[in-house]
This record gives sequence, structure tokens and C-alpha cells, in this order.
Amino acid sequence: MSLVTESDVGLASSGASPSDYLALLKPRVMSLAVFTALAGLLMAPQPVHPVLGLISLLAIAVGAGACGALNMWYDADIDRLMARTAGRPVPSGRLAGGEALAFGLVLSFFSVLTLGLCANWLAAGLLALTIFYYLVVYTIWLKRATPQNIVVGGAAGALPPMVGYAAATGSLSLSSLVLFAIIFVWTPPHFWSLALVKSRDYGRAGVPMAPNVWGPNATRTQILLYALALAPVGLLPWMLGFAGSAYGAVAALGGAGMIFGSFMVFRVRDGDRAKKIALRNFSFSILYLFALFAVLVLERIVAIWTGVVW
Amino acid sequence: MPTEFIVKPLTPEQEKRRRQRNIAIAVTLAALIAIFYAMTIVKLGPNVFIRPD
Repeated sequence: MSLVTESDVGLASSGASPSDYLALLKPRVMSLAVFTALAGLLMAPQPVHPVLGLISLLAIAVGAGACGALNMWYDADIDRLMARTAGRPVPSGRLAGGEALAFGLVLSFFSVLTLGLCANWLAAGLLALTIFYYLVVYTIWLKRATPQNIVVGGAAGALPPMVGYAAATGSLSLSSLVLFAIIFVWTPPHFWSLALVKSRDYGRAGVPMAPNVWGPNATRTQILLYALALAPVGLLPWMLGFAGSAYGAVAALGGAGMIFGSFMVFRVRDGDRAKKIALRNFSFSILYLFALFAVLVLERIVAIWTGVVW
Repeated sequence: MPTEFIVKPLTPEQEKRRRQRNIAIAVTLAALIAIFYAMTIVKLGPNVFIRPD
């Protein structure tokens, strides 16, 4: 007679609580995806039915959460080695990798299906593409292979406004492409500012982030160059006429702030002050993107409510 | 040779978490039903009142 314990055959009961599953969704990343998707949804020439709009946003949120769960399943080995991510449910042992994978796949399926039924299949296809791109192109392929990982992978984070617009209209447009471009160009200075501070963590895990491969100084130059590109791209919605003057003012001020912050990152290279400045640039970049999309959303809500377009 | 499984009883903490997970699944399923119901009614619009003779 052979004795087999439940853990040998995978019968071990999971000790995970619902909050562990919630943590798999990366709620902060999810909230940014929902917010940018809302902007895309509101850019539509005809307002979408509020109930269908809300359900579409929920589906996009769940799809973004599925990306987080699948990412945490695949990256558990490197997450374990970094202080910032060691406490996540899978590396800390609160959840098995298989559970995270199954959770991510089920959420992916239901989010795409729900968006397809609620809005249209173009939006659903774009959401499926976002999940595929984030898991396969970014997480599995690029993240461990090249310092351009977050540049190319940034497309996944930039897609939600296009998904939102497609959900409302069933098509793509220049305005949704511009919103995509803003997030795409914003991603490198945002992530590299953090990577400058956390480069030891990334080095320990063997993730080839720019500061570890190119060195901190070359990364600082890249941050400044991307910030110089970001400021005019951020102004495009106003210049092309699908955002108002309030947006234009915020984008101009924010863009100047991004250039100034990135210039300081470029200039101050040593000691604790350099780290503080890089962290401040990282935090400011979040505020900048949030402010741009908040003004865009507010302008659209006012326009829909009053029927007055700037 | 027969294989014998030893199933350890759950600890009170594990039982509590299992109960929380079950409640979360129930709430999610109920929400899914409400969402699909609302979606159907909105998409049908006024046609919801049309009945076959």
C-alpha cells in the first residue's frame, strides 16, 4: 500500500482569501486602464447608453485584471527576488501558480465574451489582443530579453482608450489613436524613472531594465528624449480639435513639468538627491497622465450634459 | 497495490477562507446574472413589450 498525501496529488485546499485573488488583478494598474478606457468611450461622437457603457467598462476592467493575474502567474519566479513584488500572492505562497493561471484565463474569457455581447466584436477583439500582447509579447517574450521591453510592451497599456472608443462606436478613429500614442510615449519615462531607483532589484531578478543594460546615464538621456516627445504628443488632442482649451492648458503645463522633471533627472546623477528626483519624476508622470485624462473626461461630460462643444 | 489518500482536516482559518471564497463566487455569479439581464433589457429597448400573438 502506498500512502499519498493530498499535497502530492494537488488536492491541497487553497488557503487563499478573496483579497489574494483581488491582489492578482493589480487594482492600481486596473484603475488606470478603466480611466483611460472611459476617456476613449466618451470621445465617441454619439454618447453610448450609460448601462452598456458601464458594463463595457467593467468588462475592460476585468480584462485588465486578467492581464495582472496572468503576469503574476508567469513572473512568480522573478517576483520572488524583488522586494517590491515578493509580497504578491503567488511568490509569497498564498496562492498556487496554477490557481493564478486558471483565474486569469477564466477572467480573460468572460471579459472578452461580455464585451463582445455588450458592445461589439471589434472592441472584444481589441481587448483579447491587449491580453495576448501583455502576456505573450511583453511578459513572456520581451520582459526578460531586452531593455526595450517596456517601450514595445507599453502598447498593451496604451490600448484601453482604443478599446473604449471601439466599444462605443464599433470603429477606430484618429482621436483614439492619439490617446494610444500619449500613453505609449508616456510609458518609457514613467517606468525608467522608477527603474533608476530600483535597478538593484531588477538586477537581482535578471530583468534587463534600461539602467542595468545601458547604464543609468544613458537611461537619463532616454528619459529626457521621451519627455521632449511626450509634451507635444500630449497637446495633440487640443491641436487636432477634439479637446478644449482647458485640456490644452493642462497638457501644456503638464508637458512642461514632465520636461523639467526629466531634465532634473538628466542633470542630477549622484547620491540620494538623484534618487529622490527620479522618484519625484515617476510620481509626477502618474499625476500628469491622470490630469490629462481627467480633463478630457470632464470636458466630454460637460459637452454631453450641456450640448455645448467648445 | 491500492493507493490510500490521507485527507487532512482543514484548520479553522482555512475553513474561514473557504467560506469567504464561496461567498465571493456566489456574489460574482449573482452580479453576472444581473449584468446579462440588464444588458438584454437595454438592448431590446421598447421591443421588450412586443409579444407574439
